[in-house]
Amino acid sequence: MLVLITYDVSITSEGGKKRLRRVAKKCEDFGVRVQNSVFECVLDATQLKILEIELEKIINPEVDSLRFYRLGNNYKTKVKHVGAKQSLSVDEPLIF
Amino acid sequence: MKKLLNTLYITLPDAYLALKGENVVIVQDEEVIGRVPLHNLEAICTFGRQGASPALMAACMEKSIAITFLSTSGRFRGRVIGSTKGNVTLRRTQYRFADDEEKSTEISKHFLIGKLYNAKWSLERITRDHALRIDLEKFKTKSAFLSESIQQLTVADNLEVLRGIEGNAASAYFSVMDDMILQQKEDFFYKGRSRRPPLDNVNALLSFVYTLLASDVGAALETVGLDAYVGFLHRDRPGRMSLALDVMEELRSVYADRFVLSLINKKQVQASDFLKKESGAVIMTDKARKEILQLWQKRKEEQITHPFLKEKISWGLVPHAQAMLLARFLRGDLDAYPPFLWK
Repeated sequence: MLVLITYDVSITSEGGKKRLRRVAKKCEDFGVRVQNSVFECVLDATQLKILEIELEKIINPEVDSLRFYRLGNNYKTKVKHVGAKQSLSVDEPLIF
Repeated sequence: MKKLLNTLYITLPDAYLALKGENVVIVQDEEVIGRVPLHNLEAICTFGRQGASPALMAACMEKSIAITFLSTSGRFRGRVIGSTKGNVTLRRTQYRFADDEEKSTEISKHFLIGKLYNAKWSLERITRDHALRIDLEKFKTKSAFLSESIQQLTVADNLEVLRGIEGNAASAYFSVMDDMILQQKEDFFYKGRSRRPPLDNVNALLSFVYTLLASDVGAALETVGLDAYVGFLHRDRPGRMSLALDVMEELRSVYADRFVLSLINKKQVQASDFLKKESGAVIMTDKARKEILQLWQKRKEEQITHPFLKEKISWGLVPHAQAMLLARFLRGDLDAYPPFLWK
């Protein structure tokens, strides 16, 4: 299924920049960055659970937040892109 | 059934593949031009000359993602696989069967029945769909000949006899290959198989598509724990994926040949997609290769119902399903190996 992950990490708080970097890095391991703090990940239920747990370990729940949007398996009709930075879709043919 | 994951194709000759976190990154001129999470990939297939970093290879081996290296012209160079998975007992059984002429004959017979059945099906499909554009008599004769060959196969009792029947049947099938090309006849014709190098457009397409299919089948066999290099019909030869070639036999006509024919008949390739070298060898342009890979990948995503498993799977998982059935047969869970008989 496609999961959209967005986050807000408070960089003005103690260690905020570091957490932001770590969250971004973790998300990059699992999906494709589509906008600055927005990731699209094609995952199965187990992988999603793992990612949730790992991200929760990184953030400071007092000041940071994470949002997971599950778009299901038939997500192709649910996403539309307008404008610059057309990003890569991991289940289209990948030919470079 | 497992989910078919994507295959990453690298056709840029000067691209380098590296590992970053859990991603494969594609680097060209020191610039990252793409990054794909490894867990979305089934295989990586590269036509480049620069290769991949050892760290990436290690990560792929661990996740059993097959990396296939092909030359820029598409010839198979090698493959990176991890410590072979599956159990050693299965492989040992496979070797015992391969050493035993009688058992090898029995399995090979099923591969070839599959091959001829599917070849016959391809011919009949054309007769049904394009009855007015082809020489019906000719197709009917060939189809009858294939039916007869299948009968002969069922009673054959050694590998030499099997190869003889297969040879005759294959030449009967290929003798109408040219008739199955319905469009662009002046640029695409089939006069006989030529390879290393292919000498005309159709042969260039066939060689390319067979290479793609062989690497898919090879990877599928390794995934279920079989040794792709030890075959039953194709005997051992260093560096040859004999078992992959065996299992591929039944898929050639329905999977590869029909794909090539549809490329031509739907005008998805043109004469301008091919270059003739001074040596007479025909090669595809980079652009054409990219387009064909795109269509190949799309074809792999098409859903079919597996004739034996009665399960809906994508075309791309057919090699995997056959590998699994072969492993089950070797383990003794099935009485015989069920070839892929396309309907």
